[in-house]
Amino acid sequence: MSVLVYAEHDNTSLKAATLNTVAAAQAIGGDITLLVAGSGCGSVAEEASKVAGVAKVLVADNAIYQNQLAENVAGLVASVGKGFGHILAAATTTGKNFLPRVAALLDVQMISEISGVVSADTFKRPVYAGNAIATVQSSDAIKVLTVRGTAFDAVAAEGGSAAVEPVDFSEDAGVSSFVGEEIAASDRPELTAAKVIISGGRGMQNGENFAMLEAIADKLGAAVGASRAAVDAGFVPNDMQVGQTGKIVAPELYIAVGISGAIQHLAGMKDSKVIVAINKDEDAPIFQVADYGLVADLFDVVPELEKAL
Amino acid sequence: MKVLVAIKRVVDANVKVRVAADNSGVDLNNVKMAINPFCEIAVEEAVRLKEKGVVTEIIAVAVGPKESQEQLRTALALGADRAILVESADEVQPLGVAKALKAIADEEQPGLVILGKQSIDGDNNQTGQMLAALAGMGQGTFASEVNVEDGKVKVTREIDGGLQTVELTLPAVVTTDLRLNEPRYASLPNIMKAKKKPLDVKAPADLGVDVTPRVKTLKVESPAERQAGIKVASVEELVNKLKNEAKVI
Repeated sequence: MSVLVYAEHDNTSLKAATLNTVAAAQAIGGDITLLVAGSGCGSVAEEASKVAGVAKVLVADNAIYQNQLAENVAGLVASVGKGFGHILAAATTTGKNFLPRVAALLDVQMISEISGVVSADTFKRPVYAGNAIATVQSSDAIKVLTVRGTAFDAVAAEGGSAAVEPVDFSEDAGVSSFVGEEIAASDRPELTAAKVIISGGRGMQNGENFAMLEAIADKLGAAVGASRAAVDAGFVPNDMQVGQTGKIVAPELYIAVGISGAIQHLAGMKDSKVIVAINKDEDAPIFQVADYGLVADLFDVVPELEKAL
Repeated sequence: MKVLVAIKRVVDANVKVRVAADNSGVDLNNVKMAINPFCEIAVEEAVRLKEKGVVTEIIAVAVGPKESQEQLRTALALGADRAILVESADEVQPLGVAKALKAIADEEQPGLVILGKQSIDGDNNQTGQMLAALAGMGQGTFASEVNVEDGKVKVTREIDGGLQTVELTLPAVVTTDLRLNEPRYASLPNIMKAKKKPLDVKAPADLGVDVTPRVKTLKVESPAERQAGIKVASVEELVNKLKNEAKVI
């Protein structure tokens, strides 16, 4: 049995989500191969070869993989993946974008966002915004899976010494091209990797007020998140959204400020170890999942909290 | 240019579902059903493209049980011109839905297919990408902006790090994210008019596609319930608890 794991990266360094995906591959069992597709991605391949538990690294270094266009990446992964029992990618916007395409090319019913491995063909995954956990069994010859990172503890980034081999495949599907991107630059940790997250909701009233949360984030080394309401209202950009259709997070500490706690938001953060809720409405549903609730006006207590840290 | 919009009948987004007592699935008895929110955004985008004069005809397609006709009528009331139901009483999984949509696309030859990025029941986020693969089309998933010009479509996509823009040759597949638009409400006259618009019903076999499920659900359970904790009276008490009890700061 052998597992192909798609390495997620930015052509410079490996993304942390890859380490959680490798952990899921280990739970399945068998030899693990990491596939690095990118352009000028030699440093990523080198990093990938050191990941604990990886037997081999395949590298497709070509300009057509520079921006991870789904059409080109899917052709590659379907071609390389044919010889494997399992094909895994992180359930990030990259994995979610290209992996269903791979599954269709291989005539496989993919299983999205697994949160547990029961056996080589049976997996657990959340459905209905995490209000139910389904145990599902695949009858396809190749299992194609995205992995929910928060459900698997990352393997060590160092310690392995896998052989690195080039892949002789490059096919430009020719139907798509990259125009540009706006990537939010931040010195804070990524939401999905942060140990502490402080998120704001509609109660923040505007984007400027998020500066109060940023001040706390800087003291705690935390990432700053938001509810859908805050993003829809234009307070903050989409990449900060935590929830069913945004980012799924499970930090050590999640502080929800001015967030009422719609089921779609809870779906994205209820696996956090400790949850703190600050809201002036004592009936807000967020308090039903919070370990520590503070019923107060956030504009009074958030500055106070910053001073107390 | 024709546009195909795929829609799905799902549990209303405001319903908190319960797992069935026999763990076979979730209890859908007497639960309010609705058009999947992302699909509603897809219909709205198609209607806006028609209002701009980019699109000439909007065909709404659903793959699912007979009752999906209700959601197709909703799409017709919002501005779709006609509807097709690929009827199946049994569950059809994303690959099967994609195959049925591919067959419809082969017949209708749309310039654009717009779908929701995921349905809020299965949370799969697969169908659009699978359809694009089967049809050999480019895909613009998780779209927050769509611009059609000169035989191409420019799609701005919501990705983990921010926004990405891609350009696709038509025909292409677009899947919608939350910020693409705010769907309108259907007016009463439009709801009445929708009842007279054509709605074709086909079987998967009519399209020559096999929609047999490949993934079997063995059981469905409730997630581990989180117990509500305590209320603290002050910031001082909160910081004290986080430091000394939870030990997370």
